[in-house]
Amino acid sequence: MGVEGIGARVLRKEDKRFITGKGKYTDDMVVPGMKHATFVRSPHAHARITGIDVDAAKAMSGVVAVLTGSELKADGIGNLICGWMIHSKDGTPMKMGAWSPLATDKVRYVGDAVAIVIADTKGEARDAAEAVEVSYEELPVVVNALDAMQQGAPEIHAEAPDNLIFDWDLGDEAATNAAFAKAAHVTSMDIVNNRLVPNAMEPRATLGVYDSGEDHYTCWTTSQNPHVARLVMSAFYNVAPENKLRVIAPDVGGGFGSKIYIYPEEITCLWASRKTGVPVKWVADRTESFLTDAHGRDHVTHAEIAFDSDHRILGLKVATIANLGAYMSLFSSCVPTYLYATLLSGQYAIPAIHANVKTVYTNTAPVDAYRGAGRPEATYVLERIMETAARELKISPAELRRKNFVKSFPHQTPVIMCYDAGDFDATLDAAMNAADYAGFENRRQEAAKRGKLRGIGMSCYIEACGLAPSSAVGSLGAGVGLWESAEVRVNAVGTIEILTGSHSHGQGHETTFAQLAAERFGVPIDSVSIVHGDTDKVQMGMGTYGSRSGAVGMSAIAKALDKVEAKAKKIAAHLLEADEADIEIKNGDVRVAGTDKSVPWFQVALAAYTAHNLPSGMEPGLKEGAFYDPSNFTFPGGCHICEVEIDPETGTTEIVQFVAADDFGNIINPMIVEGQVHGGLAQGIGQALLEATHYDASGQLLTASYMDYTMPRAVDLPSFTVTNTVTACPSNPLGVKGCGEAGAIGSPPAVINAVTDAISNNNLAMPATPQNVWAALQAAK
Amino acid sequence: MAKVELVVNGRAVKGEAEDRTLLVHFLRENLGLTGTHVGCDTSQCGTCIVHVDGRAVKSCTMLAAQASGSTVTTIEGLGLNGELHPLQAAFREHHALQCGFCTPGMLMSSADLIRRHPDGLDEATVRLELEGNICRCTGYHNIVKAVLDASEKMGKGAEKAA
Repeated sequence: MGVEGIGARVLRKEDKRFITGKGKYTDDMVVPGMKHATFVRSPHAHARITGIDVDAAKAMSGVVAVLTGSELKADGIGNLICGWMIHSKDGTPMKMGAWSPLATDKVRYVGDAVAIVIADTKGEARDAAEAVEVSYEELPVVVNALDAMQQGAPEIHAEAPDNLIFDWDLGDEAATNAAFAKAAHVTSMDIVNNRLVPNAMEPRATLGVYDSGEDHYTCWTTSQNPHVARLVMSAFYNVAPENKLRVIAPDVGGGFGSKIYIYPEEITCLWASRKTGVPVKWVADRTESFLTDAHGRDHVTHAEIAFDSDHRILGLKVATIANLGAYMSLFSSCVPTYLYATLLSGQYAIPAIHANVKTVYTNTAPVDAYRGAGRPEATYVLERIMETAARELKISPAELRRKNFVKSFPHQTPVIMCYDAGDFDATLDAAMNAADYAGFENRRQEAAKRGKLRGIGMSCYIEACGLAPSSAVGSLGAGVGLWESAEVRVNAVGTIEILTGSHSHGQGHETTFAQLAAERFGVPIDSVSIVHGDTDKVQMGMGTYGSRSGAVGMSAIAKALDKVEAKAKKIAAHLLEADEADIEIKNGDVRVAGTDKSVPWFQVALAAYTAHNLPSGMEPGLKEGAFYDPSNFTFPGGCHICEVEIDPETGTTEIVQFVAADDFGNIINPMIVEGQVHGGLAQGIGQALLEATHYDASGQLLTASYMDYTMPRAVDLPSFTVTNTVTACPSNPLGVKGCGEAGAIGSPPAVINAVTDAISNNNLAMPATPQNVWAALQAAK
Repeated sequence: MAKVELVVNGRAVKGEAEDRTLLVHFLRENLGLTGTHVGCDTSQCGTCIVHVDGRAVKSCTMLAAQASGSTVTTIEGLGLNGELHPLQAAFREHHALQCGFCTPGMLMSSADLIRRHPDGLDEATVRLELEGNICRCTGYHNIVKAVLDASEKMGKGAEKAA
């Protein structure tokens, strides 16, 4: 390992601009003639639009235009779509209701966009938006998934009777029932996974610019995947053909899933720019973000697990109802299906699993992937029921898990996934050692003397990352392939540009990806630049989500580096009059192994471009591209242990220790990986202790600001103990698995297992606020 | 329209703005100092923090007109003579930032925190006093480390340097 190569804790190249205030986010973009947009949004959760009067607004100071959905439709702009087809168990396709970027006939949640107002200043646009008179005929509202399935519930989309989008099955129901018939013990639980608001600190924003001279559009946007945005806006929304649409996602202030999707605002601002002839910028305020960013989770589950008399798992049954909100967001259908039920085997050898998932419409914000996406929900179900079973069986939760671990690989689960590598004993042992699990009882007794209730809980998770083999996801209904692209351009002076279809919005790609080139060629990482986030610069890519940028994005770079290395060696062999097989590249020199004959790296690059003396028939230049399509998912896994102290008088929970022992395969930059774990833990602990999304019965979002929705702050969290073990991933060239989501996946059940251990009441829903914990304590008395 | 006169990062500036213009918007839009961010509407997130007459202020909660006559330091002016401020260096050294959006406010808030505690800081105090700054990326773990490290390095000179 070089000082800047694979495995080195290299400080981030991108930091300088961020710590000096020179980051360039979408809201920082200014173009000549730019105007500001405000969206007129529905104040009702469900209503028929009976009229829109824009005259007063149009007459106001500074107003350029007020545009509505009927004009947008007249110009042929299409409806938003969900890009993953799921079929119900009876074979019928999912029932997707129409989602117009600007509502024309009906509004279906508070925040549904109805019109766009464009004015000289943001203030004028806001003033005028207040003057747009929309007449509504209010309709009955349903916000809760279970209520939405009741007979006589308000119908949200005519396309979906009973608000049912699909009723989907995975696994062998008969085999699972047969397994349960043999059980010595069955544990049953009802489990709710609370709805969350992603809350990237940068609110969504977009700037749409239409150039009438070129008939060309530019879209600056807060996107995790600008190429997917361009593809979808071209192919489905009719905004412009791909060659006439440039999408740029510059610095993006966090995503966590919420910036994967193409929302109404980008489409509308691009269209409005052509309609009005002025560049149109929109920036969400925080309450708009709460109302209209895709939310996460919101599952209600009944689960049962069967054991034999030796405490080995015989089978698992899971029935889940997932609330998808008012419209199907871009990847909403795959989250509670193929990203959820396929992970229900966890770290365990389970012979039979059956899952049923029903998804429903409600009058709430659309729900889609949020950090972990389906995998936190699966882990929460499995790790809560394993802990509960251990309590019922009166055996150690660690030993119950250990007894049922998958021990040999590859391991085919009954729910599609084939685990390729792992060592679950190793992560369990590492976590238990780091947490001094054996010493817990002493700590509990000591805490009791101080009047505190101390509890400990664990969670052993697995996730499927590195999304994903294209043919596999295609066969499961995905509308896109999930490969990644890379191009390595060596300049004539030996500096390097790496173009990637991955997108960095905090993950540190500009550093980690450069480390690959530093490792390969021994060049300083300052001579390597990473180019991403612009469809004019990078031809195509699938973006960043599902912990895929390491396993898939970096694998594409590794493939392109292979090609560059091979050509550079050919050139060097020619220059040094040596055999190509004897050439090695080390510390910035290209040399004949075992001799003092060498040529500096930059001279090889220069030779490629002067082309005065190349091997016969070789094309000039040193630039290679690659597409990498993974052959399998990757399977990070680990064990998280949480220790809490609760004040029985107030119900307040303090996390006194949190240990994460993770297996991410090989690690390129440990500093960045640890940072990803810290952030994931904070979001998982936030879900477990703090974050609740409340709609009232009329569909008003009560938690629509930071005054009402409890974001984790520094004082709410401990310093974490993070450690790792390594089993290399066998399916990709770097042996990496992915680390971005693990913290958010493993931590919630560990926290709730600890809290319920402390209060001796297993009946506790997330978030474990002081109020909820205090009530559970009283109920247990 | 309100007349606004400020000294920003050592430079005297004059401008006109709608009466309702917030200081953050004046800095961003009139002066092009886009390092100061807007992350919420309720003075909770702290991405907009600047120093007004030496104290940390949420610039989304002050009218530009109110600030007129004041000396303002933004993230662009935190470094000294082209060098990184010790806090900026510590944030990089400890990987205390990911997406970078909360970072300017976090740095300006931390600089004020160190100034107010010239005899040093401990973890509990840092966590408590960063209550007004939200970060969604880092889980605060490395931010706390960076602030403690910078506080130690700045030592008794903290008041002056910040």
